[in-house]
Amino acid sequence: MIYREAGDFKTSYRDDSQTFPIRLDRWGYYAILAVAFGIIPFVINDYWANAVLVPFLIYAIAALGLNILTGYAGQVSLGTGGFMAVGAYAVYKLMTAFPDVSILIHILLAGGITAAVGVLFGLPSLRIKGFYLAVATLAAQFFLVWLFNKVPWFYNYSASGQITAPERTVLGHAVTGPATSAPAKYLVCLVMAFLLAWLARNLTRGMLGRKWMAIRDMDIAAEIIGVDPLRAKLSAFAVSSFFIGIAGALLFAVYLGAAEVGEAFGINKSFLVLFMIIIGGLGSIFGSFAGAAFMVLMPVLLKNVLVGTLNWPTDLAAHIELMIVGALIVTFLIVEPHGLARLWRLTKEKLRLWPFPH
Amino acid sequence: MDQVIFGAEVFLNGLMTGVMYSLVALGFVLIFKASGVFNYAQGVLALFAALTLVGIQDGQVPFAHLINAAFGTSLHHFGWTVPSILAIALTVLVMVLLAFLIEKLVLQHLVGQEPIILFMATIGLAYFLEGLGDVMWGADIKTLDVGLPQGISDGIETLTAGWFGYGFFIDRLDIWATVIAALLVAALVAFSQYTKQGRAMRAVADDHQAALSVGISLRFIWVMVWSIAGFVALVAGIMWGTKSGVQFSLSLIALKALPVLMLGGFTSIPGAIVGGLIIGVGEKMFEFLIGPMVGGATETWFAYVLALVFLVFRPQGLFGERIIERV
Repeated sequence: MIYREAGDFKTSYRDDSQTFPIRLDRWGYYAILAVAFGIIPFVINDYWANAVLVPFLIYAIAALGLNILTGYAGQVSLGTGGFMAVGAYAVYKLMTAFPDVSILIHILLAGGITAAVGVLFGLPSLRIKGFYLAVATLAAQFFLVWLFNKVPWFYNYSASGQITAPERTVLGHAVTGPATSAPAKYLVCLVMAFLLAWLARNLTRGMLGRKWMAIRDMDIAAEIIGVDPLRAKLSAFAVSSFFIGIAGALLFAVYLGAAEVGEAFGINKSFLVLFMIIIGGLGSIFGSFAGAAFMVLMPVLLKNVLVGTLNWPTDLAAHIELMIVGALIVTFLIVEPHGLARLWRLTKEKLRLWPFPH
Repeated sequence: MDQVIFGAEVFLNGLMTGVMYSLVALGFVLIFKASGVFNYAQGVLALFAALTLVGIQDGQVPFAHLINAAFGTSLHHFGWTVPSILAIALTVLVMVLLAFLIEKLVLQHLVGQEPIILFMATIGLAYFLEGLGDVMWGADIKTLDVGLPQGISDGIETLTAGWFGYGFFIDRLDIWATVIAALLVAALVAFSQYTKQGRAMRAVADDHQAALSVGISLRFIWVMVWSIAGFVALVAGIMWGTKSGVQFSLSLIALKALPVLMLGGFTSIPGAIVGGLIIGVGEKMFEFLIGPMVGGATETWFAYVLALVFLVFRPQGLFGERIIERV
């Protein structure tokens, strides 16, 4: 009744192949965009930007990237943290080497550099499959973190071994450095997330996306029907790493401002993003956002309840959070292996029939 | 000449470290063979076992921190200490109970899922156990002492000093670890070859359906295998815990066991041993020979890169079963 496709007639191929074929979906999408671009930037404050919205958008980009690789192309990766570190260090080197070029271009270039590194570490995927590959990507994770720790050139020989983002502006407003305002941080991340989600959505429903899915479902069969596994797998690694690199660049330059590689981009980051796509839903754009929202909001909520309301010590709250995350992962895998995206689909199905379910 | 002797010492120490890796890898292989589950939580199991052992030994009140926070009490210890043997026995009981719960609450509901889903479930399990261990026993670094000899082995030092004019430094604990690992492997092999349950376990590993059809209870076998893996984890936890204290980094050893497995092949117990030795010696020798040139600390990644390069040439590992794929 509320949500229905009946009466929504398509009269041209253009109509039929649009991103959101159902009118209600389209309206919902425009409404979300209107709120995100038109209202939130004017009402946002530092707490909401730093605790919720900016990390949500950045992790959503990372989750999109990993979802392309794992959810669409079926190549499990535990190297997300390492690739995010590549994006962060690339943008840092670019920012300090070419201060006059726009930071936005640097962020995109950092994505490009990460894509190249991703392809390099993706090469073994042609021989190694399943969780053998997952373990092989750990090599990327540990090697890259070690590299950025040990080679002083990457952190410009700074005494602390940290990288710190200098101030850069877009249209006269600071977007990196300590003087950045909350709306500026939010808008940079929002624009990136919007563009990349749009790109991901259209890539995955096009020829490339179908090739990835064929490889995911069975790579030998895909090869027989004419999908080149070399190109499909490596393009998945490239596109995925591009997204993850941009997420890493934003995380360092816009959100954290300063980063130490082992702490900010360690193995835990890889697992965090992996959890996002499991909880959100493998092979779903909406799921990447839902999973990122869930994993960003849950610790904030738990902290407010346990530390804020019950006055428990923070370390205990942190341990209980670990337990809850673990239990949630297992529960999700048992109850709904397809994640929040699937729950959303079921809700829509219910709404379609409501209030006459028979 | 000095360099050669020094290198030989590094080589021996690498072998000893390799034994430790093999211990963790063994637990992986057992579970993988019997249930097809790639158990990421094995390292955390070792951590949890070691934490429980220390907790029981010192007579800590479980969940003390949580109870104190919730009810405003200030419990911490019962005020007694438990002898090592009894504490180990109690810990084994806890691990068996844990195995039962894991089977009941997690594995039973995931039968027939894809391996990768099971793998991710064990990652979730690892997070849960890590949190549980901390909530139960506290997150501070603990020292574990069950009476294993420690410190430099004087006998070997004087012996080698007599041969080469240079005494080798080998920790007595490492020698003990090697002996215990060898005994453990022998016991496991004997168990799986000569007992009824061991045969049933191998049958399940071979073919779930066929094993079911001849009347073997899958659930019993799984609880048993996870219990054995819990026991192996306890042994590994005691070794690592005695060596470097019971702390979170213990669970990272599990990650090191992954390349060991990839080298040896996921399904082979000898593979786990040989893989462990190769990785142990490899990373120590690499650090000794190449490390100083590139800034050191290569041990963090060497094992993974070695496994990666190796897998490209032999995807099933050294002793793994050949991977055959059909459409």
